[in-house]
Amino acid sequence: MKSAVVIFPGSNCDRDAYRALHHITGYQPVYLWHQDTTLPDPLDLIVLPGGFSYGDYLRSGAIAARSPIMQAIAQAAARGVVILGICNGFQILTEAGLLPGALARNDSLSFRAKLQTLEVANNNSPFTRDYTQGQSVQFHIAHGDGRYITDAETLKQLEEEERIAFRYTGNNPNGSLNNIAGIFNKTRTILGMMPHPERVIDPLLGPHCDGRALFTSLLGALG
Amino acid sequence: MAQFHATITVSLKPAVLDAQGKAVEGALHHLGFTHVSQVRVNKSITLSLEAASSEEATAELRKMCEQLLANTVIENYEIAVHA
Repeated sequence: MKSAVVIFPGSNCDRDAYRALHHITGYQPVYLWHQDTTLPDPLDLIVLPGGFSYGDYLRSGAIAARSPIMQAIAQAAARGVVILGICNGFQILTEAGLLPGALARNDSLSFRAKLQTLEVANNNSPFTRDYTQGQSVQFHIAHGDGRYITDAETLKQLEEEERIAFRYTGNNPNGSLNNIAGIFNKTRTILGMMPHPERVIDPLLGPHCDGRALFTSLLGALG
Repeated sequence: MAQFHATITVSLKPAVLDAQGKAVEGALHHLGFTHVSQVRVNKSITLSLEAASSEEATAELRKMCEQLLANTVIENYEIAVHA
């Protein structure tokens, strides 16, 4: 499985994403710089990691979404290369138009950093196939702009097409519509999610390893 | 070519919750300004640009708003051009 982790100025979860991919899939990803205009070939998976690209200037992910590398990534997405956007990566994907909707300021205005309970809303994807449908999991969240919003028509479409990947349960930390924590594109080859699966892969760092299944899913789907 | 100055005001669409606006409204009420409502906190971007005319400047600014300065999924923008 050939994967890449993109680094923007201000990204800070790139090494955790690299480590999760390496440890769980056994394959070493490559790092890509936001100014690269070509991608490695072949490439199965691109990860847009968490962080504060461009200091969240203008809007979270807004400037990163206009980086030189994003044109190549959009073309790769159109070809069916699988893309995982985590937290700031999700924000970048919506700003780039690769996923619908937008991530707005948390309704509480507070930055929420905690272990959050979620449910796997749809396990029918290369990202979630190793989870059971409706499985309860816990991932870390750490965000100030995680409130997923979109127009009523798109929301209805996401629900009807079963493109909600994860939903917050117990409490909604940011006020997102329909408790949405992550969504797929139409072909389910792109996943954007606010929680951090790459932070729950190691028994040394917490009570859960619920993030492991996301990476084993990808390994199983992409080889 | 002439030099123009512009002020772009970016605001959340009316249907979108402006959590900041709500917080500011609450604080104003606490201070005794109880007859205030519909508080929105908007963004103001100022810039200079060279263009052949005010119309050309406005057209350029519209493109800038659509492409970067506003997220048209959730934001509106208003352009004001001064000579």
